[in-house]
Amino acid sequence: MTRPVHILGLGLASSLGDGAAAHRQWAQGAPVVDEARFAPHPVHPLAPLPFAESIPRRESRQMEDWQRLGTHAAGLAIADAGAQDRVAGMDLVVAAGGGERDPALDAQILAARPSEPALHAMLQSGLRPTLFLAQLSNLLAGSISIVHKVGGSSRTLMGEEIAGAEALRMAWARIGAGTSDLGLAGGAFIAERPEIMLLHAMGGRLHRGPWAPMDARPGMVLGSAGAFLLLGTEGGTARLAHVGTDQGRPEGSEARLDALLAAAPAPLPGAVEIWAGPFGTPRPGLRLADAFGHAVEAAFPLAVALGALAVQAGAPQARIAMQGAWRGEAVAVVEQA
Amino acid sequence: MRIAVTGLGLVTALGWGAEANWAAMREGRSGVRAITRFDTEGLKTRFAACVDLPDDRPGAPLSVAARARRLGEAAIAEALAQSGLPAPFPGPLCIGLPPVEIEWPQRLALGGADYPALIAAASGRVDLQEEFLFGATATHLAERFGTRGVPQTVTTACASGSSAIQMAIEAIRRGECEAAIAAGAEASLQPETLIRFSLLQALSTRNEAPEAASRPFTLSRDGFVMADGAGALILEGEDHARRRGAAILGWVLGAGEAADTFHRTRSTPDGSAIIRAMERAIADAGLAPSDIGYVNAHGTSTPENDRMEAMACRAVFGGAPPPVSSTKSMIGHTLSAAGAIEAAVCLLALRDQILPPTINGDDPDPELGLDTVPASRPHAFRAALSNSFGFGGQNVSVVLGRADGD
Repeated sequence: MTRPVHILGLGLASSLGDGAAAHRQWAQGAPVVDEARFAPHPVHPLAPLPFAESIPRRESRQMEDWQRLGTHAAGLAIADAGAQDRVAGMDLVVAAGGGERDPALDAQILAARPSEPALHAMLQSGLRPTLFLAQLSNLLAGSISIVHKVGGSSRTLMGEEIAGAEALRMAWARIGAGTSDLGLAGGAFIAERPEIMLLHAMGGRLHRGPWAPMDARPGMVLGSAGAFLLLGTEGGTARLAHVGTDQGRPEGSEARLDALLAAAPAPLPGAVEIWAGPFGTPRPGLRLADAFGHAVEAAFPLAVALGALAVQAGAPQARIAMQGAWRGEAVAVVEQA
Repeated sequence: MRIAVTGLGLVTALGWGAEANWAAMREGRSGVRAITRFDTEGLKTRFAACVDLPDDRPGAPLSVAARARRLGEAAIAEALAQSGLPAPFPGPLCIGLPPVEIEWPQRLALGGADYPALIAAASGRVDLQEEFLFGATATHLAERFGTRGVPQTVTTACASGSSAIQMAIEAIRRGECEAAIAAGAEASLQPETLIRFSLLQALSTRNEAPEAASRPFTLSRDGFVMADGAGALILEGEDHARRRGAAILGWVLGAGEAADTFHRTRSTPDGSAIIRAMERAIADAGLAPSDIGYVNAHGTSTPENDRMEAMACRAVFGGAPPPVSSTKSMIGHTLSAAGAIEAAVCLLALRDQILPPTINGDDPDPELGLDTVPASRPHAFRAALSNSFGFGGQNVSVVLGRADGD
């Protein structure tokens, strides 16, 4: 690393509300949980957000809530840094899953069980053309560029929660190496979607029944959240001192995470620790998912942003660690600027 | 530090293997044909540049995820064998891939009549999750080839393969690794995706003459042709390649990217974002526009792209742009793989000093003012520019260099 990387702005929105103020006490309050909508699987639903104010109607019509949430959170990070006049050269790295399907059309098809030609006819007459653009993974980044005029570069990484960590690592590494001066990195995740519940139910570890804290349940609970960090070379109130990621076969995960922790800056007395993984673990740290549910691509950026809030509030250091539900390990350290 | 290319791999509708593809391109063959792996009755577009596999069964073709994995595996294995690097591979996998999800054959096979029943039926189907997670395809490939760290799986739509090359050269330049696999694999051709692109009016509908449907830079171009395919490049720092005595096939001299802030499917009317991507790539390579002897165009055969790209070429290269051809005229638009495939094509063209053609150019659009290489021909050049411009305004250009004489 040749240059220190500073955290200039934070954009947060989740079940707890909108903006940094709604998130400072995240580890103290009660979680917001909806146990009925996708029963038997509880979710942490997105709080009502002022999309009508943050996204022009003409653009919002081309999106569904996943893109709206990410675009909104990215805008909060830019505004938090007061960087609206620097967007033209801003480099964007987004961690993305897929956007919303049309659940009503899907339900019609599931009920009809059509023949192959009949299925194609239902899709041809039922799909809205704009929905494709709402669903394409790279169009969250595209929407951020269009709405906020972020025009440096744009990359979208896929791969569930480790993609969120890798997006942050990429922005951090580029700024540190001097190939980027201003990087906006993060992701968004909407849990309240039947196709998302379907994908994660396949893994067999979605929690069933009444909500329970992470360390008291075997499974995971999904939650909606968007989180972006604006990174730069100077200013801000916290410094992203380190990001490390790794991936390999599941049996080596604990050893890889230990190695990532060993390679990170040493713990400082009074450091705040955050565990950003979806499942309970003997490892230390405030349980991110107990407050927010597991926000998949957004989980790691969210945890690092909360670490930055802790450092802003006076903690000497925040240490974030994660193991993904299927693959991936990540560590980040935030320190005083 | 220069980045050497020591292995290439290609799979397209023209065939399996880099040399088979290159021979077919030099002959100007088309890989576009009628779709047979699913029923196309009633669809507006009924053809594509398909790579069908023995596992495709009537009514049950492979999923996008499964096909992309197999095509990517073939291209990477070919490139690795050529490079002579041992397994496990001493660097990361950077790969452009399509977004994937469970598809209708699998949804209907689960048997639920609504989403709650579907979710219940799918619960615990780890086999399905390990096919359809967004990180699954790249993870399977990374574990197959023993690459290091998190596979960087990028989607910048039609620029993904070029983004993968850019991420790989950045990782080598930062000193994170001495070698990287840069690849792209694409297999989005399934009924719902075909219909979605049709609804955007992005696809050619020339059903009566599929081989003539991908006709970049012509007056009668009417949309792109969906395509399966994969490309892979083994990249190494020059020192690393020379130390182990590897044969250097060519160079990735530079890459440049620019985000467009104008529109989801259209370029800024003045072309400034795609011009910026091209200029940044040439500058990153330490070259001047006059050093570029050939452009492998994004050249999708859509009215909008080809007009904007021709304008951008004239802006970047002034009055005398180098020859510009679109190999998509033969292999269709391989979307997430296009940047990786077309970079490999540029390296083969540089090696043999032969330009691949833009076929189907019987009615050239005179307003574009380009030499689009109607038939392959010898050409003396040392550097090529490969353009990739994505839906969503994500534009990446890559500069490739000739190996010999270094």
